[in-house]
Amino acid sequence: MSGKIEPIVGRYVHVEIDGVMHRIYFEENGSGIPLVCLHTAGSDNRQWRHLLCDEEFSRHFRIIAFDMPWHGKSNPPDGATDEYRLTTASYTGAIRAFCAALSLDRPVVMGCSIGGRIVLNLAIDHISEFRALIGLEAADFQQPWYDTEWLNRPDVHGGEICAALVSGLIAPQSPENTRRETLWGYKQSGPGVFKGDLYFYRVDGDLRGRVEKIDTTICPLYLLTGEYDFSCTPEDTLRTARSIPGAQVTIMEKLGHFPMSENPVQFRQYIAPVLQQIRQIG
Amino acid sequence: MADVTAIFATLPRLLDANSELLRTGRLLNVDCLLGPIDLPLLVSIRAGCITEMRALPKTMPSWRFGYTASPQAWIEYWRPEPKPGWHDLLALTKRGEAHLVGDLHPFMTHLQYFKDLLALPRSLVSGKPA
Repeated sequence: MSGKIEPIVGRYVHVEIDGVMHRIYFEENGSGIPLVCLHTAGSDNRQWRHLLCDEEFSRHFRIIAFDMPWHGKSNPPDGATDEYRLTTASYTGAIRAFCAALSLDRPVVMGCSIGGRIVLNLAIDHISEFRALIGLEAADFQQPWYDTEWLNRPDVHGGEICAALVSGLIAPQSPENTRRETLWGYKQSGPGVFKGDLYFYRVDGDLRGRVEKIDTTICPLYLLTGEYDFSCTPEDTLRTARSIPGAQVTIMEKLGHFPMSENPVQFRQYIAPVLQQIRQIG
Repeated sequence: MADVTAIFATLPRLLDANSELLRTGRLLNVDCLLGPIDLPLLVSIRAGCITEMRALPKTMPSWRFGYTASPQAWIEYWRPEPKPGWHDLLALTKRGEAHLVGDLHPFMTHLQYFKDLLALPRSLVSGKPA
């Protein structure tokens, strides 16, 4: 073999979520502390490919990124006919079921955007199950800035509109190739999936008034937000953190809403010390 | 204000030199308002090309949507590395520096086209090709 083969391995695991069987696709690399990575709304686990291939991180962490049901290579479950709609309960259930199916021992969970929001809910309701929680572009709530009805209608190209809407959330300093790759994920999302994810983000997942109960003495909580994210702004994250004693906040320069995929090199300098701290905690 | 209007006058030439953007807009035909809030321009786009751009007529102007912003917003948007919150058309509407009104269908079906079209003057400032 002369071709370069990446160390990422992809497999499927059959997981029962809320009484329904799902065939969940996940990719992983490395060994050590389990680190489960959650992609953003309307995209899939390819956003984490740079982290998955990181030689240093993978020496100490079993890095796992799965496609949420209906996303990427995790097809809708058999018989699904209803409009897809993510809720706080279904999202939380999917993550916990996936971790249980892989028998992960107190994993670290790192999620971005909707993944960052659900990390807060994991911290509220299930904190003892986790070793550490990392929310990227995470806040208890943020103000809507467009009408989600545009995301899924027959007279508008879903892929183009989803990508165009989120394109402004990428920092202008991010490299052109990784910017385009990040948007490519949005262009490939199934019809209505991004909109369905945003039901959780906009309607069902308002955590204001609940994050105060997070106990970071049980499990550390890290919040990192890009300065160019005008959807979950640095102010949104800082406001959220003020309600959570012990939460550790970093505002990341020259990054937007998709730090791990829009500029993996820039993101690495911010996530490396967090992962180092988690290793020291054990 | 004069600077902003003068920079808008460069858009047709900058667009004609951008084959990727012309291809993206090849099915777009619309009359719209673009420019400063107080002095918008009536812009005619046919097959993705700007065919006419003029001051808004005083009598019976007709247009489908308008995207207008404060002069400061345009100047900030056109910087080679815009500041956070000034770097995207919808970031500007969220912060109240821009107004998006009218029948939004042509704008939304060609959202990336309009973002990229209105960012073309960044190349004038940076000296890099658009």
